Amino acid sequence: MSRLNLFEKVWKAHSVGQLQNGQTQLFVGRHLIHEVTSPQAFGMLREKNLPVRYPERTFATVDHIVPTNETQEPYSDPLADAMIKELRKNCKDFDVTFFDVDTGKQGIVHVVGPEQGLTQPGMTIACGDSHTSTHGAFGAIAFGIGTSQVRDLLATQTMALGKLKVRRIEVTGKLNPGIFAKDVILHIIKVLGVNGGTGYAYEYAGDVFDSFSMEERMTACNMSIEGGARAGYVNPDEKTFEYLKGKPYSPKNENWDEVVSNWASFASDEGCHYDDIVKIDASEIGPTVTWGINPSQAIGINETIPDPSLVDQKEKASIEEAIEYMKITPGAPIKGTPIDVAFIGSCTNGRISDLEEVASQIHGHKVKEGIKAIVVPGSQVVSKIAEEKGLDKIFTDAGFEWRYAGCSMCLAMNPDKLIGDQLCASSSNRNFKGRQGSPTGRTMLMSPTMVAAAAITGVISDSREVFSS
Amino acid sequence: MPLEKISQVSGNAVYVPGDDIDTDRIIPARFMKCVTFDGLGEYLFYDMKFNEDGSKKNHPLNDAKFANSSIMLTGANFGCGSSREHAPQSLYRAGFRAIIAGNFAEIFFGNSINLGMPCVSVSDETRDLISASIEQDPKCEVTVDILNRVIRVGDSSYPHELREGARESLLNGSWDPLDELLQANQGIEDIHKNLAYI
Repeated sequence: MSRLNLFEKVWKAHSVGQLQNGQTQLFVGRHLIHEVTSPQAFGMLREKNLPVRYPERTFATVDHIVPTNETQEPYSDPLADAMIKELRKNCKDFDVTFFDVDTGKQGIVHVVGPEQGLTQPGMTIACGDSHTSTHGAFGAIAFGIGTSQVRDLLATQTMALGKLKVRRIEVTGKLNPGIFAKDVILHIIKVLGVNGGTGYAYEYAGDVFDSFSMEERMTACNMSIEGGARAGYVNPDEKTFEYLKGKPYSPKNENWDEVVSNWASFASDEGCHYDDIVKIDASEIGPTVTWGINPSQAIGINETIPDPSLVDQKEKASIEEAIEYMKITPGAPIKGTPIDVAFIGSCTNGRISDLEEVASQIHGHKVKEGIKAIVVPGSQVVSKIAEEKGLDKIFTDAGFEWRYAGCSMCLAMNPDKLIGDQLCASSSNRNFKGRQGSPTGRTMLMSPTMVAAAAITGVISDSREVFSS
Repeated sequence: MPLEKISQVSGNAVYVPGDDIDTDRIIPARFMKCVTFDGLGEYLFYDMKFNEDGSKKNHPLNDAKFANSSIMLTGANFGCGSSREHAPQSLYRAGFRAIIAGNFAEIFFGNSINLGMPCVSVSDETRDLISASIEQDPKCEVTVDILNRVIRVGDSSYPHELREGARESLLNGSWDPLDELLQANQGIEDIHKNLAYI
């Protein structure tokens, strides 16, 4: 029997056939939707008088536009209010399960899927959101798609897609203390470039990914798209199965061994083919911070901001553009850059382990005066667990605001926005121009612990120094 | 209704320089608070075109010379970032019918082809030559010829690249795959029934 990698196995199990243009008609077994990219798709279904083919395969939640400081409807923003109502109506009309704000299950779609057990090994998963790659942490093939494809999935449960190549990224050795999954993925993107993954799915592997928790794997897979890769995954193992045991939508326990052996069968075969293999030494990864306007423009905390006069012509223009926008000085250390806002949350780093890690560090510290620091749990489930453990109190005692669940300041479609050219130390995934809601707002991406260190000192800091005592 | 077969796109072109132009720049997130794509054309590159006080910035899309452009020429990795179809929709609704770039981010590329908006890649050298021609004569006609895999500007002709599957879909009018997907009725049902999960 030929040896296959996980991507090939999952692809094969879900291929309906080949389309005229050579693409594959791929069955997508799990479809997740939210309020921003689905209403137009439902509109197109109504226009064509088509039903949702398998409503039991689609799950909805509301995340991008929900305010994190009010729960009362109608929301203050009438546009946001119209969007949640539209999703509610669409789910009702088409019989789709909706994790609405009153269910206790609402949250960022990529936090909700795994915690509900909807994300499982060997699945194909799609969502009208580029960070759908998060679900690959479970050994699923998960794609971000556009709204026309959301329509295609609702109508046929299939979509047209060209097969991806697979690049295995092995991070070998042991991470130094105080280095997190966020640092690992920022480092990978820095090494391979912001479009290095175009045409590829990334298989993350090696000692570091083997020892990562499921939530750390999710953080890394989440940002695959920031390196240009449409999907990223980790082969399923005991940790995956253990995580899924007992989750609301996981298979029931009586068939558990059978379920696990089926899931395990999707893992890449030893000696299988990869289109490319990249090896990264874990010991080279330090606390990593972005200085520019795309996620590959990142440096170690003890490095200096690049000097455009020292690079070749092609790179020069983009570095100059980034430095001008970020209002930083070439050659200056990144450490010590003053911040205005600190944001902990998002589908990258808004899970319970992220909040626990930060809470365990900040005891006895206070957010620097004048800094706005907010913590936004990734879901209502995360929020509830955190509150049961008293984490909310630890955060508020330290001067952080404790908010309701949602995407919040990652993309600022709700009232949480930067003002003017404020600089935000952010645990989110994108540092694009204007990303956090102000056209001149500035973002530096880093791990949640590094965000907390910046919040406490008021400047970009090495969390290992701030929290050493 | 059968879809249009797109073998070429002709019109005036505008050059928007820069690599890694992301979808947040193409259409800022705050303009996605809508339940239809209507009206998105107005917000295309909004924060690149306007200052916060509403005054116009110096941007090629604000230049009257290029006001009637239907082809955009730009840098590498165009459309990186989010999967929002709002990005190609805003370009399309602002009147663009083809994009020429160094290359494209994958999701953006697929979303654009689904709208019947060809995205073709050119070398840096070709981009520089075309942008020089446009600068010299903003009213010159640019043709993205999908069938012959070239871009024509005046008397000059330059090669472009377009992934074969996408090229086929444009040429044979199957760029919106829904009808073809719907035909595989039994194949879909078979997989639905055979999968180990619902």
